[in-house]
Amino acid sequence: MASVLIDSIDKNYGPTSVLRGLSLPIADGEFLTLLGPSGCGKSTLLRILAGLEVQDAGSVLIGERAVDGLKPKQRDVAMVFQSYALYPHMTVASNMALPLRMRRLSAFQRLPLLGRFMPATPRIAAEIDVEVTRTAKSLGIGHLLARKPGQLSGGQRQRVAVGRAMVRHPAVFLMDEPLSNLDAKLRVQMRAEIKELHRRLGVTFVYVTHDQAEAMTLSDRVAVMLDGELLQVAPPKDIYADPDDRRVAEFIGSPKINMLDGVVRERGLIDVAGSTLAIEADARAGEHLTLGIRPEVFHLADHGGQGALTGSVRMIEHMGSDLFVHLDLAGLDHPLIARLLAERAPLISPGQTLHVGAKPERVLLFGRDGRRLRRQVGSGRASVTPIREITR
Amino acid sequence: MSANTRSNRLLQPSATVRHAILLATGALILVPFVWMVSLSIKPPGEIFGTSFSFWPAQFYGIENYTKALTEAPLPRYMGNGIIVCATILALQILFCAPCAYALAKLRFLGRDLLFGMVLIGLLLPHQVLSLPLFILGYQLGILNTYAALIFPYVVSPFGIFLFRQFFKTIPDDVVHAARLDGLSELAIVWRIMVPMALPAVIAFSIFSVVGHWNDLFWPLIVVRDQSLMPPPLGIMVFKNEEAGNDYGPLMAASTLVVLPLVIAFLAAQKWFVEGMTGGAVK
Repeated sequence: MASVLIDSIDKNYGPTSVLRGLSLPIADGEFLTLLGPSGCGKSTLLRILAGLEVQDAGSVLIGERAVDGLKPKQRDVAMVFQSYALYPHMTVASNMALPLRMRRLSAFQRLPLLGRFMPATPRIAAEIDVEVTRTAKSLGIGHLLARKPGQLSGGQRQRVAVGRAMVRHPAVFLMDEPLSNLDAKLRVQMRAEIKELHRRLGVTFVYVTHDQAEAMTLSDRVAVMLDGELLQVAPPKDIYADPDDRRVAEFIGSPKINMLDGVVRERGLIDVAGSTLAIEADARAGEHLTLGIRPEVFHLADHGGQGALTGSVRMIEHMGSDLFVHLDLAGLDHPLIARLLAERAPLISPGQTLHVGAKPERVLLFGRDGRRLRRQVGSGRASVTPIREITR
Repeated sequence: MSANTRSNRLLQPSATVRHAILLATGALILVPFVWMVSLSIKPPGEIFGTSFSFWPAQFYGIENYTKALTEAPLPRYMGNGIIVCATILALQILFCAPCAYALAKLRFLGRDLLFGMVLIGLLLPHQVLSLPLFILGYQLGILNTYAALIFPYVVSPFGIFLFRQFFKTIPDDVVHAARLDGLSELAIVWRIMVPMALPAVIAFSIFSVVGHWNDLFWPLIVVRDQSLMPPPLGIMVFKNEEAGNDYGPLMAASTLVVLPLVIAFLAAQKWFVEGMTGGAVK
């Protein structure tokens, strides 16, 4: 059990800067997810935590101990890799026992033949066997111990990889996209198992993924990364509903949030896509800003004019309980997507003109620089406090 | 069904031509070998006779093989061959695997330059280096010993190259996992990389053993003492001194010398195929 403190980490590969002054405190026992598109530096950050890469500046503290000069094995962290990285020539039992053998047996005791005859070897080896068997049983792979990784399915290999990490009770678990090689159904199942594992072990998890569904379902907090920088660190619901940055809003949510350019007409009114919406903004008349409206924020309006957007239906996607309506709006080069209740389906057909409105307090406003403009009045929500969990 | 389609495919004209060419080249390579075995069981009169047949009219094998085994110290030569080849192979793997690991998986200044030098070493024929190596051996005072037969081959650029290429295909994550599991870099080489690269190790072993078992050039230069001679050199000396034009025993000796290689190769071939298919399973 340990907290982790990442302090002003820089990392460059030649002229390419991968991480820039990145700082992030992680609480003891927290499940923190690093979320971002591929190439954003999240895996690099994880490998720096593990000691597999060396940062160019900054430092890492695990449990209040600076670990910068320490080798991976001295850091008391375990890692689960995307490719599982099991040793194909060893059985499941040997794969899981290796980290314990390396720690508990001396170099002489590990010698291929002679080691067996060293005094304490049989006792320690038996202890290791017991622990490996216990861990394997708790993961439901007790019957697979004699097999080699090549004879296992993807899900079983994934469990072995988790077991190899678990067996030595590390202070911090690092997971690098552990579910991305599994099929969709198994992924959902393993997601639940990882969540349960975290609850059961109560140790700190740092989880890397590009899958927002994993990040949202698993995490206590999500750290959204882009181009080597942290954009926002907050609990999943705040990341979705209360993003700090336009890029966070665009990365989270499927279908993507609708981004509409608007101009402030006067206090409380914004011109957007040939219509005027009554939205309070902390901006002067004539100022340009961007409105972010999630598909589910829209509702059908009876008529056009002020407070509603009008467009012609391009396409309808049925999703069962909901339907996604793609609307072409005057002056917009990409369609607007609105999520409406499926009961409306018979009433909507392609080519039809449709009016949709949005509750002003649920419309997100972004300035020209992409930062969120929070409203002082009306529905202005309290800003997120990422370190709330830490100081708890 | 599949047997039918296979025989149909074999009946196609292009397939017939292809197999004819393969059979012809295969026969061309096999003929000298078969001829050697054939000569080793013929009496001297038939060897130089005008009639041509692979099977002798009078079976003379026992006499030829007895002569080959008794008139020259053939078992001694083969024992020497085993000692030299085994030592060379063991040392080659001992040195090549860590070198290849460093070149494939570690990042350090000058790595690509070093690998370039390995490639240059690969291009140099051994004969070019023989004189400097001979002088080196002389100055070390190891000429006319087993050590002289072994030392030029201890580091094999080919082995480094082959292992490095194979190690490159092993994902970095496996190395990372091993480091997190607490293995030292050398432990990673011997406990993870070499076992995973078993097909490459076996392939290299075949190349190495065949090459050094059959080597005549270097032993001819550094060894004078008959008790140190490896098989090919022994046979050559045997031909000059004992057998003269007595080709029957000479061919019998040659057959005996090649025999362990054939047996070893056939045994390793099964392993080789197993290793290859084993590695191919994801």
